[in-house]
Amino acid sequence: MSITIQNVSKTFGTFKALQNINLKVASGSLTALLGPSGSGKTTLLRIVAGLESVDEESGGEIHFDGSAVTANPVNQRQVGFVFQHYALFRHMTVFENIAFGLKVKPRKERLSKEEIKDRVFELLKLIQLEQLADRFPSQLSGGQRQRVALARALAVQPKVLLLDEPFGALDAQVRTELRRWLRHLHDTIHVTSLFVTHDQEEALEVADSIVVMNKGEIEQVGAPNEVFQNPATEFVMKFLGDVNVFHGRIHDDRGVFTDEHKGGDENVRLLVRPHDLDIRLSPGEGVSLPAKVYRVLIIGPLVKVELLNSQNQLIQVQISHETYQMTPVKADQQVYLVPKSSRVYGDGAVDYAI
Amino acid sequence: MKAEHSITRSSFVENAILTIAALLIVGTLILLPLLVILHAAFQEGFKVWLASVTDPDALSAIWLTLGVTAIVVPLNTLFGIATAWTIAKFRFKGRTLLLSLVDLPFAVSPVIAGLIFVLIFGRQGWFGEELIERGIKIIFGFPGIVLATLFVTFPFVARELIPLMTEQGSEEEQAALSLGATGWQTFFKITLPNIKWGLLYGIILCNARAMGEFGAVSVVSGHIRGETTTLPLHVEVLYNEYHFTAAFACASLMAGLALVTLVIKTIVEMRSNEQF
Repeated sequence: MSITIQNVSKTFGTFKALQNINLKVASGSLTALLGPSGSGKTTLLRIVAGLESVDEESGGEIHFDGSAVTANPVNQRQVGFVFQHYALFRHMTVFENIAFGLKVKPRKERLSKEEIKDRVFELLKLIQLEQLADRFPSQLSGGQRQRVALARALAVQPKVLLLDEPFGALDAQVRTELRRWLRHLHDTIHVTSLFVTHDQEEALEVADSIVVMNKGEIEQVGAPNEVFQNPATEFVMKFLGDVNVFHGRIHDDRGVFTDEHKGGDENVRLLVRPHDLDIRLSPGEGVSLPAKVYRVLIIGPLVKVELLNSQNQLIQVQISHETYQMTPVKADQQVYLVPKSSRVYGDGAVDYAI
Repeated sequence: MKAEHSITRSSFVENAILTIAALLIVGTLILLPLLVILHAAFQEGFKVWLASVTDPDALSAIWLTLGVTAIVVPLNTLFGIATAWTIAKFRFKGRTLLLSLVDLPFAVSPVIAGLIFVLIFGRQGWFGEELIERGIKIIFGFPGIVLATLFVTFPFVARELIPLMTEQGSEEEQAALSLGATGWQTFFKITLPNIKWGLLYGIILCNARAMGEFGAVSVVSGHIRGETTTLPLHVEVLYNEYHFTAAFACASLMAGLALVTLVIKTIVEMRSNEQF
């Protein structure tokens, strides 16, 4: 079931949460809505679910597989919604929680008691919690609760599955585990899924497709690798990982670093990822930016070198252990940085790669 | 270690003083009056007590009180749930105003509350002439007593539920809706079970006040013996007429009701603590 979002805007009082959003989510995909808090990602998810209404004057619409569902209230949209804080029914057992959606169906559509029981145990097996059917939510761990919430949403066989920061309230280890599990689950059941996250790593790891949002607008849509390798805007590049910002100018259709020679037309910013900088002990040919080593951090397999350039600006470089062993550097040493690749974003919104 | 010892010792003395003070206060202000009521009620024996509470006027007062309570408590339960739901689960203009209005009956003296109804529905009131023309009697009658009691006991259920429902938020309801439940299913299967102990607590308090309300009812009832005197008013009438034993007998009945309410309240509190 594909989801189409057309011209959707949403205002809360005077705050524009969403501005003219257009998006198509492919059937059977697992798509991440990625952005900082306040970027409108949760609002968009809630609008798709029907928990929030579209601004009427905007004329925005939501379609599931081509048919408009904009006028349908949440209980007629057949969506599965998973809340950040699980929202399990606290007075019901795990079994009753999962069975809820099946039990509230109108008598004609309702399954028999036996069939409901079978279906619930099928789901309990899927989330590997069969032995906890009679527990209450307060007796479960965070990860278990989130899995029950997921099973509850899946019980009614929703057209689309919507997850609002599903792992946001869990600790790091459980989060990684559940992430992998969600990916595996999606590969098994193929329900069109849309999940909200502010964690770029999570989006890159789990999703088929990433929608990067900022200030109520979509910045970029693409496959994880595409979004990471070819960020469409400076915001996307900065949000998807650490970057070093250098000032530069455009010369012969190329971004030129002006770290040394100030002045001139410095209207562009060159963004370089920490792993795209090489450290040399002597200036080579081409671009090499002088800098002084500030400190060296060895974090597991990676070596992070922090440097200061002539303007006392902090530059981060990431190199492997082997590279570090070949050219070891220490604090206060004068070195030269060679950018392997950089991206230019400036006032003219040009996008050059060198 | 030494320092710790001296801290515990001095706090032991402080605790003892505080405990004795608390017991003295509770004893003189609450326990003693209760004993006085019971003593005065049974002073002339059980037979006299029984005769006093089965006197036709007393019986009529008891029935009137029960009747008023039977109407007021269910109504205020409904109003309370509706108000708490609106205030706790939605953000809208005038929400704070509504919140203050809920507290109004607590802020206003019950006598003033009674007077308000006299001014609206009384003979010289806003609707006075019209009501007389149609032969409807609100003030100095049963409807007036119900109205005054409704007003005075309005906040109990709502006040109990608002913080509870605000704290619980509306995510569980949203989850139920997203699973296809209708609004009523969501209310009866999710909202109501979540608030049941708080609701019961509010109902108990509302019930206690509805039975015991004096000031507002006194203004609107007109003290027509055997017709518009509720149990608290009946006690007053008897006392003013120097029927002390009878007055205390009826008062002991009310004290008994209060004790039963307290016991139920304690049980509800214990159960609700177990629940969450």
